[in-house]
Amino acid sequence: MIIFGMPLALVVSQLLLGMINGAFYATLSLGLAVIFGTLGIINFVHGALFMMGAYVSWMLLQWVGLGYWPALILSPLIVGLLAALLEKVVISRLYKLDHVYAFLLTFGVAMMIEALFRNIFGSAGRPYAVPDLLRGGVDLDFMILPLYRLWVVVASLVLCVATWYAIEKTSLGAKLRAATENAAIVQALGVNVPRLMTLTYAGGAALAAFAGVLAAPIYSVSAHMGTDVVIVVFAVVVIGGMGSIKGSVIAGFALGVIEGLTRVVYPESSSTVIFLVMAIVLLIRPRGLFGRGA
Amino acid sequence: MTASAAKVLLQVQDLMAWYGESQALHGAGFDVREGEVVTLVGRNGAGKTTILKSIMGLMPRVAGSIRYQGRETLALRPDQIAACGIALCPEERAIFGSLSVWENLMLPPVVAPGGFSVDEIMQLFPNLAERRDAGGTTLSGGEQQMLAIGRILRTGARLLLLDEPSEGLAPVIVQHIAQTIRQIKARGFTVLLVEQNVNFSRAISDRYCVVEMGRVICHYTRAEIESDPARLTQHLTV
Repeated sequence: MIIFGMPLALVVSQLLLGMINGAFYATLSLGLAVIFGTLGIINFVHGALFMMGAYVSWMLLQWVGLGYWPALILSPLIVGLLAALLEKVVISRLYKLDHVYAFLLTFGVAMMIEALFRNIFGSAGRPYAVPDLLRGGVDLDFMILPLYRLWVVVASLVLCVATWYAIEKTSLGAKLRAATENAAIVQALGVNVPRLMTLTYAGGAALAAFAGVLAAPIYSVSAHMGTDVVIVVFAVVVIGGMGSIKGSVIAGFALGVIEGLTRVVYPESSSTVIFLVMAIVLLIRPRGLFGRGA
Repeated sequence: MTASAAKVLLQVQDLMAWYGESQALHGAGFDVREGEVVTLVGRNGAGKTTILKSIMGLMPRVAGSIRYQGRETLALRPDQIAACGIALCPEERAIFGSLSVWENLMLPPVVAPGGFSVDEIMQLFPNLAERRDAGGTTLSGGEQQMLAIGRILRTGARLLLLDEPSEGLAPVIVQHIAQTIRQIKARGFTVLLVEQNVNFSRAISDRYCVVEMGRVICHYTRAEIESDPARLTQHLTV
C-alpha cells in the first residue's frame, strides 16, 4: 500500500520508531518539568542521570548478576538516592540565587559525571541484552514490530500517567503544586519544604534513570548517551512549556512522531526538525504550548 | 481567669527585621497572653505585617528574640515554627489556584490535637462545603478568606496570626469573620491580629499594640479604647 507516494510499511515503521523516541523524550522531559516546576532549577544533570540509570542496570547485571526486571526498580532507586544526596549537599544552596548559578552548577556536575564514567568505562558503548520475555516481535504483516519497543512505549505511557496521577490526585501532589505557586507560604503552613524539594529532585532523577534502563537494550550503554538525548529533551520542554507536566508528555510523544515522519519525507532534516518546531513555537507562544501565565 | 493572669504565650523582645538593606523593624517588643485577641494597629508601612512574618519565620533577616511557650523560635524554619503551634493567615490569603478548595483545606499538616475538625470548619463556613471541589481561586474574596482561616484552624495551632482578615470584604462577610474569631477565642485559641478596620478590631480585641516606625510605642486595653475610641484612630490617621 502506498500513502502520499510512500510505502505504508515505511510510514508506519517510522511512526513507531518516532513513538519510541517520543517515549524517551516524554519520560525525560516529564522529570525536567517536575523539577523545574517545583525547584525552579533547569536541571542539566538530567542527561547524566539518564545515562547513570542505564549504567547502573549494566553494573547490576555484570557485577551482581541482577537482570533487567530487578534493575528496572533498583536502578531508579539508586540513582534517585544519589540525586537526593546531590540536591541536599549542592543544589539546595542555589535556590536563593539567580537561575544562572543553577545552570552553571548542574551543567558542570553533568560534565563531571560523564567524564567520570568515560574514564572508568571508556567511550565505547556496551551492549545490554533485551530480556527474554520481550524478545521477538509481533508480525504486523507488512513489518515485524519488536516486542521490546512496544514495551518501551507502553511502560513510558504508564509511567507518565502514574506521575500525572501522583501530582494531580494525591495529597503529596497537592503540596507540590502549592509549593510551585508559593513555596514560602506552604512552608509557613507547616510543610517541610526542603524535604519536599529533595523528594521532588530524587523523583525526577528516578524518572530519568527509569528511561535509562528502558533505553539500555535499544541504544548501547555509553557515557555520552545522555548528552545526545538531553539537548533534544530541552527543546521538548521548551515546546511543551517549562514546568508543564501535560505539555512535556504530549510534546515528547508528538515530537518523536514528527521526527519519525520527517525521516520518511525528508531524512536530511530529521535531526533538526525539533529545533525548527521549537523556534516556531517560541515565536508564536514564548511560554510554550502548555506554559502557564501570559 | 482574666487576661492579665493568664500566662504569656508569645514574647517578642527587641525584634529587628530587614528587607535587603532596608530595616523594617527597629526593636519591637510586646507580649501575647494565652486566650487573648491582641491587635497590632498602626499606619501602612509601620511594620505590622513584618512583625507577623518575623514570628512565622518568613523574613530573610531578623534579630532580637521571639519566644513561644518559653522557646526561642527566631532561628527556626517556618515549618518548624508551624510545628510549635503557630499559624499564619497572610494578608494576600494565599489560596492556591492549582488546588481544589478541599486540597487547600487539607494542605497544612495537623501539628497538635485540639484543632477544629473538618465538620466544624464546614459548619463555620457552609459556603466551603458547597464548593469543596472547586478550584481554590474560583472562590469569592470572602470565601477565600474563610478558607484561609479554616485551613489553619484544622492544624491545632494555638496561636493564630491573622493579617487584615477584613480587608476588601463586604460588611456582612466582615461580621461573619468577626463572629468566627469570637468563636475561635471562646475555644481557647490565641489570636494576634493586624487590622486597619477599627470597628472590626473593636468588636473582638482584648488589647491593642500601637506600631509606629518599626516599634511598639504603646499599649491599650479594651477598656481604655472603649472609654476613648479616639485613642485608636489618632494612631491611624496621618
